[in-house]
Amino acid sequence: MSELLQFLISGITVGAIYAAIALGFTLIYNASGVVNFAQGEFVVIGGMTAAALIGAGVPVWIAAPLAVIAGMLVGVLLYRLAIRPAGQAPLVSLIIITIGASIFLRGAMQAVFDKQIHRYDGFSGDAPLRVGGATILPQSLWIIGGSVAVFAFLAWFLNRTRAGRGIRATASNRMAAALVGINTGRAMNLSFALSAAIGALAGVLATPVTFTSYDVGVLMALKGFSATMLGGVGSPLGALAGGLLIGLIEALTAGYISSDYKDASAFIVILLVLFLRPQGLFGARIMERV
Amino acid sequence: MRRQAVAAGVSALAILTAAPAIAEIRIGASLAITGPAAFLGDPEAKTLEMLVEELNANGGINGEEVELIVYDDGADPNKARTFATRLIEEDEVVAVIGGSSTGATMAMAPLFADYEIPFISLAGAVVIVDPVQEFVFKTPHTDRMACEKIFADITARGLSKVGLISGTDGFGASMREQCLDVAEASGVEIVADESYGATDSDMTPQLTNIAATDGIEAIVNPGFGQGPAVVTRNYAQLGLELPFYQSHGVASDAFLDLAGEAAEGLRLPATPLLIPDQLAEDDPQRQPVQDYIAAYEEKYGEKPSTFGGYAYDAFHLLVDAIERAGSTDPVEIRDALEATEGHAGVTGVYSFTPEDHMGLDLSAFRILKVADGGWKPVEE
Repeated sequence: MSELLQFLISGITVGAIYAAIALGFTLIYNASGVVNFAQGEFVVIGGMTAAALIGAGVPVWIAAPLAVIAGMLVGVLLYRLAIRPAGQAPLVSLIIITIGASIFLRGAMQAVFDKQIHRYDGFSGDAPLRVGGATILPQSLWIIGGSVAVFAFLAWFLNRTRAGRGIRATASNRMAAALVGINTGRAMNLSFALSAAIGALAGVLATPVTFTSYDVGVLMALKGFSATMLGGVGSPLGALAGGLLIGLIEALTAGYISSDYKDASAFIVILLVLFLRPQGLFGARIMERV
Repeated sequence: MRRQAVAAGVSALAILTAAPAIAEIRIGASLAITGPAAFLGDPEAKTLEMLVEELNANGGINGEEVELIVYDDGADPNKARTFATRLIEEDEVVAVIGGSSTGATMAMAPLFADYEIPFISLAGAVVIVDPVQEFVFKTPHTDRMACEKIFADITARGLSKVGLISGTDGFGASMREQCLDVAEASGVEIVADESYGATDSDMTPQLTNIAATDGIEAIVNPGFGQGPAVVTRNYAQLGLELPFYQSHGVASDAFLDLAGEAAEGLRLPATPLLIPDQLAEDDPQRQPVQDYIAAYEEKYGEKPSTFGGYAYDAFHLLVDAIERAGSTDPVEIRDALEATEGHAGVTGVYSFTPEDHMGLDLSAFRILKVADGGWKPVEE
C-alpha cells in the first residue's frame, strides 16, 4: 500500500511541474492563438536566474521574485522584438518565430549563465516528510501549491477581470476587439509578460527537485505542451488536470508496468484522448466559420 | 582603405615567407565543443589549448613549436568526418586527437588508416579499440571496465544481488548493456533493471520497486548529468540503506554539489583526479594529477573534469611519442606511440601494445566513497 502512495506522490509532484508549464502555454494561446514554443526557456530562465542569485548569496525570498521578474522581462522583449514586428503574419509564422526565439534564448543562456547543471536548497529544507509509509519532499508541496495558485489566479483573471476578458476577446477576434475599444497590443503584451512569469515561477519552484541547465527547456516544454493538449488547449483547468494526469500515468507505469514504457504510456493516453475528444478533456470545441 | 589592404598584403606575405623558417608541428583535433556532448568536448578543448600554450612556452617539442588546430564537430559523425579530412588534407597535421563521442570517432577512424596518420580518440566505447586498428588509439577506460570495477567491489563486500537503475541517454544505455554483459562473469546477479529519462525529475517509483525486489543487496546507477543526482536524492528521500553505486560518469565535485548530503556513503569508480591530495607519495599518477589540476584551475578558475583528463593524457602520450620518435613522420610517431610503456597519466598508467590500443587495466579505476562531503579512497 505504501508503494502505491509513493507512486501517487511522485506522480503528483512531477504532474504539478508539468501543469505549471502547461498553464504558461494556456495564457499566450488564449491571447493570440500562438503556441509559444519558447515556454520551456522561460522555465529555465527562472531556474537559472534564481540559482545564480542564490549562488551569489542573495536570500531566496529576494532571489525568487527577481527571477520571476527576469522571466517576465524576457517575455515582454520576446513579444516586442519578435512577435509584434511580425504584424499580421499568419499564425504558423508566429509559432515558428517562437521556435526561433527558443533556440536563441538557449544560446543566450549558455553565454549569460553557463553550461553547468544547477540547483539550490528547497525553500523549506530538504528533509523528507513521512506520510503513511511513503515520503514527500517539502519542496513538492511548494510546487503543488504553486501550480494550484497559478491555476486559481488564471481562472479568476481570465474570467473575472477586465484585462483578462480583454485578452480573451483579443484572441477570439482581434479586429472586433479593437473596434469595441480594447487595446489589443496591451492585451498581447500582458499575456506574454504573465505567461513568461508563470513559466519562470515554475522554474523557480521546480529547480530544487528537478535541477536546471540551459538546455532542459525543450523537454520541459514538450511535457508541458503534452499536458496542454491532453487537458484542452486554452483551458486553465485542462492544463492543471492534464499535467497531473500525465505525471500520474508516468509514475504508475514506472511503478507497476515498466519504467521503459513510462513515456510511451503517457503519449498513448494523449493519442487516445485526442482521437476521441480532439479538443482535449476540458477544451472548448473550436469552431471555424468561413 | 588602400593602406590597410597593402598592410594586410605585406603581413600575409611576411607570414607566408616566415612559415618555413619556424618549423611547426601541427596537431589536429575534432571535438564536440558545443551540442549534446559539450560536457565532454568543452573541457577537452580547454585542456588541449592550455597544454599547447604551456608546451610552446617551454620551447615546444625538440625545439619545434606546436600548432593546434581544433574543429567543433558538435558530436555529429558527418561533421567529424569532414573535419578529419580537412585536418589531414588541408591542415597537414601529423596526428589527430579527438572524437569526444564514439559516433564521431568511428566515423573518422577509417580515414586514418587510409592516410596513415595516428589518431587518439577520447571516447569510451570498446568498439574503438576492439578489434585493434593500426592507427587508432584511445585514452579513456571503457564503461565495461567501470562495471567490472563496481562488481568487483560488490563481491568483495560479500554481496551479489544487484539492482540497476540506468539513464536512457547514450552514456547510461551503453553502460547498462555492458553491466548486463559482464555481470555473470563478475559473479553478480542482476535482479532488477529499471530506467529513467535523462531529464526526469523523480525516480522514486523505480527505486521503490528496486528496494522491494526479493534479496536485493546493492543498487548501481549508470548515468550521466542530472539524472544520477536526482536518483541519489530520491534514494535518500526514501531512506534506503542498500549499498549504492554511481558510475564514473558523475565523478566530479559538481555532482557532490547537486546531490548534497544525500550522496554520503555512496561509492563510484573514478580516476585519481578527484583525490589529488590523498594519493600516496610514490603513486606514479600523483605528479600528473596535481600538475593538471593546478594548471587548469589557474587558467580557467574551475576544477578539471574526468573528460578533460582524457585529453590531457592523449596530448602527453602524443608529445611523448613525437619526442621519442625524434621525427614528425606520422608513421614513425605511430610506432613510437604503440611502444609507449608505463606512461603515467591522470586517467591511468598507459602501456600500449600492438594488441592493446587503450593500454589501461582495471587498476586505472579507483573505488571512491563519499564521506563528510568529500571523496575518500576505499581501501582494497
